[in-house]
Amino acid sequence: MISRLSDDRSRAAIAASIERRRVDTRGLLFRTLLQSCLLITLALLAVLLITVALDSTDQLGTRLWEFLQGTLRSRSEDERLGIHQGMYGSLWIAIIVAVLAFPIGIGAAVYLEEYAPRNRFTAFIEVNIRNLAGVPSVVYGLLGLALLLNGQIFGLDRLTGGSSALSGGITLAILVLPIVVITSGEAFRAVPIELREGAYGVGATRWEMIRTQVLPYAAPGILTGTLLSMARAVGEAAPLILVGAISGRLGDNPGLFDISALTDRFTALPIVITTWTVQSGRDVGFTAAAAAAIVVLLVFVLMMNSAAILLRNRFEKKRG
Amino acid sequence: MSMTDEAPRLIERPVAAGDPSAAPGTPSVATERDVVFRSEDVNVYYGSFRAVRDVTFDVRKNQIMALIGPSGCGKSTVLRCYNRMNDLIKDARVTGTITYRGTNLYDERVDPVEVRRRIGMVFQKPNPFPKSIYDNVAYGPRVAGQKKGLDEIVENSLRKAALWEEVSDRLKDSALGLSGGQQQRLCIARAIAVGPDVLLMDEPCSALDPIATAHIEDLMQEIKQDYTIMIVTHNMQQAARVSDTTAFFTADVRSENDTRTGILVEVDATQKIFSNPSDERTENYVTGRFG
Repeated sequence: MISRLSDDRSRAAIAASIERRRVDTRGLLFRTLLQSCLLITLALLAVLLITVALDSTDQLGTRLWEFLQGTLRSRSEDERLGIHQGMYGSLWIAIIVAVLAFPIGIGAAVYLEEYAPRNRFTAFIEVNIRNLAGVPSVVYGLLGLALLLNGQIFGLDRLTGGSSALSGGITLAILVLPIVVITSGEAFRAVPIELREGAYGVGATRWEMIRTQVLPYAAPGILTGTLLSMARAVGEAAPLILVGAISGRLGDNPGLFDISALTDRFTALPIVITTWTVQSGRDVGFTAAAAAAIVVLLVFVLMMNSAAILLRNRFEKKRG
Repeated sequence: MSMTDEAPRLIERPVAAGDPSAAPGTPSVATERDVVFRSEDVNVYYGSFRAVRDVTFDVRKNQIMALIGPSGCGKSTVLRCYNRMNDLIKDARVTGTITYRGTNLYDERVDPVEVRRRIGMVFQKPNPFPKSIYDNVAYGPRVAGQKKGLDEIVENSLRKAALWEEVSDRLKDSALGLSGGQQQRLCIARAIAVGPDVLLMDEPCSALDPIATAHIEDLMQEIKQDYTIMIVTHNMQQAARVSDTTAFFTADVRSENDTRTGILVEVDATQKIFSNPSDERTENYVTGRFG
């Protein structure tokens, strides 16, 4: 009996000692703080998107097709006002970036990661590529200006036609090149050593090992990196201003896939957005036009990102 | 598990990688016919650091040679000398001579890629490619340029690796869906598919459970009539069970700069190593008094 009693007593003591006694105020506070950080982020984004969407209804809601087909105009009431030229410029800039920056960037990354000896020189190069990725985009605009417009080097201006979508595309390709090299390089570094050894172990050459193991394994990572860099390129305005994207009096309105217009005067969606926003000061109607252009650009970028995600999932499934 | 009812024996060597005598390099020493590897004073350096010192022994045809010893004694490093796998490590350097059927493996005219086709390797961690079972086995023949007769090679190799019965109805499935033991047998099939002469196994069972380990050990006994096998193992019982010859390594630790160099203590018939070794260090190790 006595032992039972003391048992009961100690049981009660244990129960009391592990009983929840205080509220964890600090923890709760911390959690609330984190939640509000998330809320602020979401709220800002929501406000931005909602205002833009509401503003854009004047154009997109009433004359969507005309707006997509129309051109730059000096008055917002002009019924031929639209972003077709901006879409043309942005579309081709994206294509040129993909054609130039992706193969060159991925190729450079393959060489750096798989072939180049690891020494101070290559380490120096890698650090510099990382630095280049942080250089302000205006500086790349200056490079494009000197290289492609003023013809200071190689007389490239004759090829690009000076201020043209081609010049803009090449400039932005140079801008994203370091990003492509870095993200691809990281994807290559993530390939497990076991796969490499396995391939070498059955008599694969270095090239065969890279083609059959490294590239397929790294494909999802490369894809994510390259398409993010593409989204960046399509959203840039500053370098395009320097290579002479214009905001009015564009000559013809080429069809979206008219290659001959690549060396003509050009504009692009970020430039159109900037210009119309500036012009809304004297002509309020441009607010709606700028908002509508933003929505189109967002949809463009969103489509690219969705494509990237879809492709990445497919590649990832493949690699198991 | 059908290890026994499907005896993988009738199969001929799938791919003949060429006559050994046609390999480049000069026969440096007159060797007995059945010496596959002859190593003389082999040292392995990483930069200026000597990882393994003065290894000398022969490996004979259709034998299983086990390399045993405590961690960090350089067994794997030694093993990787025999198919030039150490070439892949920057700063790694091999001195001394290793001849493969009379040809110096480190002769500058020797192509390491060809070496690896004849001297296959199975790694510590099963490392199937993220491809189908079929594509895993066909990988080696494909990179060697073979396009025809792959079905036959895949089947023969899987049969030899005692895996055919378990996977024949799902060859197109991902190899990553197999169990660890199956994956390791797949890796053996993959190594066999290129028609090697020698198999190097670097602790092939260390990531496997006892049943899968028994499978692999049975398999080694089955295939040793066709191949010469060198196996690194941490498991002394395994060495005692499977091998004909055993080489015992130990680490020479220098406390002043905290470096360790692997040294070969003795090589002998496995039975002798485990019952009556000549060196006291071997005896201490195999009786469990050290390491």
